[in-house]
Amino acid sequence: MEQQYHKVFVEVTVKVSPEGEKRPQSIKFEDGITYNIDRLKQRTRAAATKVGGTGIRYTVVINGTETYLFEDDDRWFVEAKGNVRC
Amino acid sequence: MDRTILHCDMNNFYASVECMLNPQLRGKPVAVGGDVENRHGIILAKNYEAKKYGVQTAEALWQAKQKCPNLIIVPPHYEEYLKYSRLAHSIYAEYTDLIEPYGMDEVWMDITGSTKLFGDGEKVANELRRRMKFELGLTISVGVSFCKVFAKLGSDMKKPDAVTIIPQDSFREVIWDLPASDMLGVGRSTEKMLASYGIHTIGQLANAYPDMLERKLGKNGMMLLAFANGLDRSRVAPQDYEPPMKSIGHGITTMQDLENNAEVWNVMLSLTQDIGHKLRVYNKNAGGVAIYIRYIVDKQLAGKQWQCQLPLRTHSAAIIAKEAFRLFERSYNWEYPIRSVTVRAINLCSQDLPEQLQFFSDAATVERKERLESVVEELRSRFGKYVIQPACLCQNIKMPTDREIELRMPTGMIT
Repeated sequence: MEQQYHKVFVEVTVKVSPEGEKRPQSIKFEDGITYNIDRLKQRTRAAATKVGGTGIRYTVVINGTETYLFEDDDRWFVEAKGNVRC
Repeated sequence: MDRTILHCDMNNFYASVECMLNPQLRGKPVAVGGDVENRHGIILAKNYEAKKYGVQTAEALWQAKQKCPNLIIVPPHYEEYLKYSRLAHSIYAEYTDLIEPYGMDEVWMDITGSTKLFGDGEKVANELRRRMKFELGLTISVGVSFCKVFAKLGSDMKKPDAVTIIPQDSFREVIWDLPASDMLGVGRSTEKMLASYGIHTIGQLANAYPDMLERKLGKNGMMLLAFANGLDRSRVAPQDYEPPMKSIGHGITTMQDLENNAEVWNVMLSLTQDIGHKLRVYNKNAGGVAIYIRYIVDKQLAGKQWQCQLPLRTHSAAIIAKEAFRLFERSYNWEYPIRSVTVRAINLCSQDLPEQLQFFSDAATVERKERLESVVEELRSRFGKYVIQPACLCQNIKMPTDREIELRMPTGMIT
């Protein structure tokens, strides 16, 4: 069966360089747990194909797993597994 | 020098944005529909799945539902469409500064000067197509040619997510067999007229007698003849180009049909409040007024328009409203109740332009009205639009509430 995803807006700690470059440091997920971002691999504009929308897509590594973090209009979101929670 | 013109058309724009934002809609028949309560209950856009059922743009929602009972109708989200239109434009702007919008979802690009940097038209078109899909999740069709008209024709030939090239040396073989109505500038009435002379294809139009076209269609006939022969030399406007303002208009579909003159007057007076405001903002005076009335005949929307000159140029909302209403009174015969009213201030010129006074027009009254409205304008700018308004507009005038977003209308072609 096809895996379901939903959009989750998250709290992000961001480091901004004097040149204005943003580097996300950690994200606080909807369950309240804060995850540190071990590595930032890529930054590009891309569509969030699993949950809809678009934004600046950061390819990050968290606990050894590669995942996407999106920034759109100053809000950050991730593509979370599972059905939409009401 | 040969030009490289691209025309990019975002496929089923409104419906595609809705499906992209909500993945659960993907693969299902989806249409964007207007607000039924405000009597805009028509299909504004549909996706390819809905198209398979025969759902058509501008048909009533209930008609579409009859054709496709599973049709999912979503309300329009104009702010999202504007956002994605802007994002698409920012991608186009990476290739050239000659970008001319044609509505929210279409643009012409002249990349003649940047082919050495980015490659030929086909390469740039494919790159744009790929980037749109990857970066915005939307598909575009691109026409590549040496003039704007054929580039537009090309983008309509293959959809979705496709590139069509119409080269200068072989355009006759590619497009002359297509129906004349596919070409920009050939609308329904022109198509009918051309058909009555046995002209059905672009090739037949290209070989038609110029005298006959000029006699029947005037300047437009000669323009169409040039277009069909690949002689369109119109330029693509620079990105920051603001087309000269030709008219300022405002129209509305009323909540219920208008059935008498008094109701029409209220609507016209209300519409001209905004027109007067805009004339002031743009420092323009109107030299004439045009009205467009729409009504239902045999379940089909029909309309008529009239226009007249103003005795003196003005930006007074009250005077424009009065002239519009006078024009309406002497032109409309009340055969059908009215569904929508549009008023336009036309023949615009700068307020600073001197005007020849005449014996039989009352310049003092016009000036007095304009001074009075300056005070009203000042009050509105300080305390809000509705702080002061004509008393007759305080009742229910069958008009819907304000629409929040104003959309920039398509630009005309520049020559």
